[in-house]
Amino acid sequence: MDLLLDSLKSAFLLLLSYDPELFAIVGVSLKVSAISTLLASLLGVPCGFIIAYSSFYGKRLLLTCLNTLLAMPTVVIGLLVYSFISRRGMFGSLELLYTQKAIIIGQVILIVPLVTTLTIAAISRIDNRYRNTALTLGATQLQMAWVIIQEARYGIGAAVIAAFGRVIAEVGISMMLGGNAKGFTRTMTTAMALEYDKGEFVLAVALGLTLMTIAFGINLLFHFFQGRTYVDTV
Amino acid sequence: MRKRICSVFGLLIVVLMFAVSGWSGEKILKMSTTTSTQSSGLLDILLPAFEDATGIKIKVIAKGTGAAIRDGQDGNVDLIFVHAIERENAFVREGFGTKRYPVMHNDFVLLGPASDPAEIKGEKNAAAALARIAGAKAMFISRGDDSGTHTKEQALWGSSDVEMKEMSQTIIKKGIEKKITSNRPAGSESWYISVGQGMGKVITYADEKQAYTLADRGTYIKYKFGKTPAIELDILSEGDLELANPYGVIPVNPEKYPHVQFALAMQFVNWITGAHGQQLIEDYRLEGKQLFYPDAL
Repeated sequence: MDLLLDSLKSAFLLLLSYDPELFAIVGVSLKVSAISTLLASLLGVPCGFIIAYSSFYGKRLLLTCLNTLLAMPTVVIGLLVYSFISRRGMFGSLELLYTQKAIIIGQVILIVPLVTTLTIAAISRIDNRYRNTALTLGATQLQMAWVIIQEARYGIGAAVIAAFGRVIAEVGISMMLGGNAKGFTRTMTTAMALEYDKGEFVLAVALGLTLMTIAFGINLLFHFFQGRTYVDTV
Repeated sequence: MRKRICSVFGLLIVVLMFAVSGWSGEKILKMSTTTSTQSSGLLDILLPAFEDATGIKIKVIAKGTGAAIRDGQDGNVDLIFVHAIERENAFVREGFGTKRYPVMHNDFVLLGPASDPAEIKGEKNAAAALARIAGAKAMFISRGDDSGTHTKEQALWGSSDVEMKEMSQTIIKKGIEKKITSNRPAGSESWYISVGQGMGKVITYADEKQAYTLADRGTYIKYKFGKTPAIELDILSEGDLELANPYGVIPVNPEKYPHVQFALAMQFVNWITGAHGQQLIEDYRLEGKQLFYPDAL
């Protein structure tokens, strides 16, 4: 109980102290997670859309594979990417390892299946009549897609939020590919793992509380925008 | 239906609790140690021999020295086996441990790439070698994790003529404000990289970046001669007395934590500082090289 109380006080102190180091860590976390979520959404949403609205041989198998990828451990992705971008790896000359770019590559691989499957689920729930109506009204394929995306935007929004939550909270990829270098690739989660390794539990929990606070803030912001568009359209 | 589900879960939890608590007849000692004793392979020789001699099993929890000491302070383990002599003494002084027993020592080495941009090869004085690295602004990878190696590295920088900068963070512990500090060379953002990971990972990091780092000899040998592909880093400075790295074992104080198995812990202390344990340490070879030098006899 002491630990939690101390950590709460330390978390407040941390947040109030404008500690530049803390803000650097939070900044790296937010930047990397935002970019990977954006890239994964740009890839995953269209992929989900195409898969949902096309029928081809092996579709069910593909869906099963995508669902399996959701369970892929971050360390496996870390290892895989590591073997490619290590100095001795295929892309070693690009010097990607232990950079923010490396984390982003790994995180995108982690969440593209998540965004894709959740998009498929969101779109499958939309009544087929929307699609048919749009088509009979003379909509092109692209316009039809836009109508469906409009209808499925809450589901797709949820997919993006889930993906962001996954990457900002993951530690395996950030640690293996980012290397936890202070000021460069230290994220909130790797910093927490480090403080735990050092035996400084108070600081680790304080960082955890800070992370939750920031995540809460971002979700509030998101809901605010989503809520507004909903009210506007009704 | 719900009742049935509840009872199944209840049963599962009971079974799990039994599974993790183990059979009570066995004598099990919990020991926190540093990653270097674990990854050097020494414990794989020592612990089975100890079990043969006494029937006591040792559960090893390998962490950085800071976390290992913390485990002892929290009474999570029965003894600690670490290498940061000043902090070990503090651990005993503050009443967490009964006494520090010297066990063995090995040494730290300064590693770097063959190209050696800071030209430290052959420099016997470790602090001078670090000063040259700072002068050349050559990339240096620091453990940065409050481990024994990190403690040593900060001490070495401190005794060099490089200007240091203190970083501190305030936390609350037991209602009292406390500062955690660490030192790094001033104005070193571009070349001094603090990664906060274990020795093996830091060596890999330095190898990837072809940078300098401070490592214990055991882990270095393991990564240089016991692994394919071998790392492309060489020992560039060694032999300074400042680089000695003594290991000690400390039983956790039973007056502080009555639940610790002090008698079993003392059995281990007596064994490892006795003739048999010391001989095993003396005879231990990794890739044909002696790693540890016994200190107790």
